[in-house]
Amino acid sequence: MPDLLLELFSEEIPARMQAKAADDLRKMVTDKLVAEGLVYDGAKSFATPRRLALTIHGLPARQPDLKDERKGPKVGAPDAAVQGFLKATGLKSLDEATIQKDPKKGDFYVALIEKAGRPAIDVIAEIIPVIIRTFPWPKAMRWGELSAKPGALQWVRPLHSIVATFGMETEEPDVVAFDVAGIKAGQVTRGHRFMAPAEFSVRRFEDYEAKLFDAKVVLDPQRRKDIILADAKELAFAQGFELIEDQGLLDEVSGLVEWPVVLMGSFDESFLSIPGEVIRATIRNNQKCFVVNDPKTGKLANRFILVANIEASDGGAAIVAGNERVIRARLSDAKFFYETDLKTKLEDRLPKFDGIVFHEKLGTQAERIARIERLATEIAPLVGADVEKTRRAACLAKTDLLTEVVGEFPEVQGLMGKYYAFAQGEDLSVAQAIEDHYKPQGPNDRVPTDPVAIAVALADKIDTLAGFWAIDEKPTGSKDPYALRRAALGVIKLVLENSLRFKLFPISYSAGFPIFGRMYFAEALAPTEAREVRDIGERVGSEELLRYAERREGAVKAFDPNEMMVPTWESIGEDNAHSLLSFFADRLKVQLREQGARHDLVDAVFALEGQDDLLMIVRRVEALGKFLDTDDGKNLLAGTKRASNILAIEEKKDKRTFDGAPDALLFVADEEKQLARAIDEVKREAADAVARENFEAAMTAMAKLRPAVDAFFDKVKVNDDDAKVRENRLKLLNEIRAATRAVADFSKIQ
Amino acid sequence: MDSTPLHMRPERSFQGLILTLQRYWADHGCVILQPYDMEVGAGTFHPATTLRALGPKRWNAAYVQPSRRPKDGRYGENPNRLQHYYQFQVILKPSPPDIQELYLKSLAAIGVDAALHDIRFVEDDWESPTLGAWGLGWECWCDGMEVSQFTYFQQVAGVECAPVAGELTYGLERLAMYVQGVENVYDLNFNGREGADKVTYGDVFLQAEQEYSRHNFEHADTAMLFEQFKMAEGACRKYLEAGWDGDKKERHLMALPAYDQCIKASHVFNLLDARGVISVTERQSYILRVRELAKACGEAWIHTEAGGV
Repeated sequence: MPDLLLELFSEEIPARMQAKAADDLRKMVTDKLVAEGLVYDGAKSFATPRRLALTIHGLPARQPDLKDERKGPKVGAPDAAVQGFLKATGLKSLDEATIQKDPKKGDFYVALIEKAGRPAIDVIAEIIPVIIRTFPWPKAMRWGELSAKPGALQWVRPLHSIVATFGMETEEPDVVAFDVAGIKAGQVTRGHRFMAPAEFSVRRFEDYEAKLFDAKVVLDPQRRKDIILADAKELAFAQGFELIEDQGLLDEVSGLVEWPVVLMGSFDESFLSIPGEVIRATIRNNQKCFVVNDPKTGKLANRFILVANIEASDGGAAIVAGNERVIRARLSDAKFFYETDLKTKLEDRLPKFDGIVFHEKLGTQAERIARIERLATEIAPLVGADVEKTRRAACLAKTDLLTEVVGEFPEVQGLMGKYYAFAQGEDLSVAQAIEDHYKPQGPNDRVPTDPVAIAVALADKIDTLAGFWAIDEKPTGSKDPYALRRAALGVIKLVLENSLRFKLFPISYSAGFPIFGRMYFAEALAPTEAREVRDIGERVGSEELLRYAERREGAVKAFDPNEMMVPTWESIGEDNAHSLLSFFADRLKVQLREQGARHDLVDAVFALEGQDDLLMIVRRVEALGKFLDTDDGKNLLAGTKRASNILAIEEKKDKRTFDGAPDALLFVADEEKQLARAIDEVKREAADAVARENFEAAMTAMAKLRPAVDAFFDKVKVNDDDAKVRENRLKLLNEIRAATRAVADFSKIQ
Repeated sequence: MDSTPLHMRPERSFQGLILTLQRYWADHGCVILQPYDMEVGAGTFHPATTLRALGPKRWNAAYVQPSRRPKDGRYGENPNRLQHYYQFQVILKPSPPDIQELYLKSLAAIGVDAALHDIRFVEDDWESPTLGAWGLGWECWCDGMEVSQFTYFQQVAGVECAPVAGELTYGLERLAMYVQGVENVYDLNFNGREGADKVTYGDVFLQAEQEYSRHNFEHADTAMLFEQFKMAEGACRKYLEAGWDGDKKERHLMALPAYDQCIKASHVFNLLDARGVISVTERQSYILRVRELAKACGEAWIHTEAGGV
């Protein structure tokens, strides 16, 4: 079976795009081949900075022949229909069609079309130019003379040559004959830009990869990564250091070289006075070099590891010297930034936030910091945090955003705040809270445990959520530009992992005060407007206008958005908090589902009134899950569902509900009386257990209901002929439903 | 190379480096221009790039452009940062197929040996919000240091480039520091002489850096600058309007003078920005206003003779 080799040789492809491009190329070509009836044994694609390559082996030499039956018009159909049929099928006359009998609907013509399969190489020659022209680069460009013409080829960077060969292992392969924008496919490629620039000819994948290697190109990105990692580790180890591994950086540098050469350089020890994270960020981001640890101290050593693309004639001495120069300059900058930052106290940076807009509708960063501070101090007592420390931490939490180091390396935000806070003698938990208030950032991030950090972290996230909820910027589908899902999940993790007990609704509601207050001042009751009214009142001497202005100004003065919700906006505020709460519920469901819990149980608990204590919800869900695994649980669920179904039907029939206590005097059967007694008992016990937050006990109490419910359905006919008895029994059924609601809304359980 | 006198060699002399690059690109068919006689933030602003990149005509040019970035001033205290520095700019339209090789040979000409150094093309897409321009390309690294910008212009002044031009920008001070092996820009040997005859970069520019830093950050007359911005903007629009030859707007006769005013507005904006008198929100709107001017100039230019009419 023949194999296909394809190489697209271009100028340097951005490292971050290479892996996906190789994948796309393989997928696009193989999909198209399969669609053309050309199935294959295997396919693999590769990328280097200068080439995308694809090998597909075990392709058939020809497409299979296609046989197609096309149903035509009835025998004796009008001529127009016959002509249409002949045209569509390519038959010359009806003599070439066969007639199929159909006693019911009448006989009709059938055309048998046979299409001979084409040579695979011809099909490939058609497929590839289309794929090249429609290739999904994140950004593509035009170049050269041809770029002046409409429809010019676009590629990620100028495309220079194409290798495309097709043939059996044992034979000389054929070149697939096509060209794209004047580039003719052939079998000539080039090696390393500097070490082996000469052209050479290739036949098939095996010699292609081997010849490239001889020409100082490692085709397989995984192999380049393996080389870099192994060499870097060895180089560090040989000098008594330990490589700090960095997958993202490894992926990137492996896309910047065709022939990796790992070298080590050093920098002046005095730079080690800069925090290690800053050194690493400087060296990583700007120079794309690795850093190493000194295993004796566990701290960063004054060495770095670089990956060059060339075996230099001096063994790399000039390359190392050059990189050291640049890193020295970069670290000088970083040191200067760090030392400059240390000269300004964090709190002295606060006034600048007045001029920085956080979000057009949510005000400046200063406003946001004030909100977080207020909310954090409100949360502090609920999570056992010292209020004054919390206030301090919240007030300083964002100040490092204005430091030079964070300006240069945004990824060390929070962390630098911690260092600067330490340096100016802040309390330990205050400093730690500055770093931790951003956490947890993702599913694998550390969750803060210090109460002060917890309070500020919760306030930061809940303020963000309440704010974007208030201005209706909620996440939709895949769009979540403000990472609100992550913020909600952060709140959930903070609560659950620290076993925090507090009600989320009042906090979410309170978080809305200053935000709605802001809107109120901005839109509904601008103070300037009141002043204008007074000015006019004075000019025209209208007592009435002056009184009106006074009223409005008075309202402005009297209203403090930190203390209360805008009068008359309570319901908007409540709706906002409720909507936010159901978002938390959704996120909790996702979280619990990932942990293997049933999401319908979460629904069943959330459906109860006033469920906003996340920890209790989770405990209840756990207890409910266990209960429903028992026979008692399953049967009670079945009984409750049956009761609900009957009620639903009868309520619909009678167009009424059957609320209210049943009348004991109307009970006829013993089973009715027993059920009523059981319900009373269970209701009391379950409510009692729930009040003690003992959900297992509440479930055990529920279990007592089961025999009575079973017996009732066994022996008693609900729809009695006596209307009063019937109504009473329906009320009893309603009581079952009501009793179970002490633990969950069973109707939500699937 | 060997016939080059010592004081003219790129590894010894800043001016020698410049002259070598000029010579190299002249040998490769470029028109060697002199700097544009206005204050600009980068070589790209020179009409020989911004405007000549537009339209169908061939255009190959190279020139040094003194560039001013008022915000980058450091009172002469920083070894790498300057508010006034030189860029060497090459523009080749259409971009030739061997443009990367031409670039690498130019590095060889100034003494960067590709067998000894690690030269890399690292993704860096270029966008100029004020010019309404973008392109794809790289920053070119030599042993981890960015020595040039390499861009295939796709759009300039809001107009699609057809054909595409290749732009090379060399940061001359940085490159010279590298080939001379100097850590501080002010220590660069400017004229390649030694002893009493030696003139350093500091001799030429240190005082200017100090004075202009004072000016840019502390004393630039903001009231005048705000006024100048408005005047330049107004003049640009006026010249653009007046330049149309007839009502059909098929031919423009004053694209270049109008564009000068656009350059002026851009530089005045940079000065105001350095003085810190433009707020974050205003900043965006100023950038937008300059871009509108640049776009209108681009539109006018493609209706001129050199623009392809």
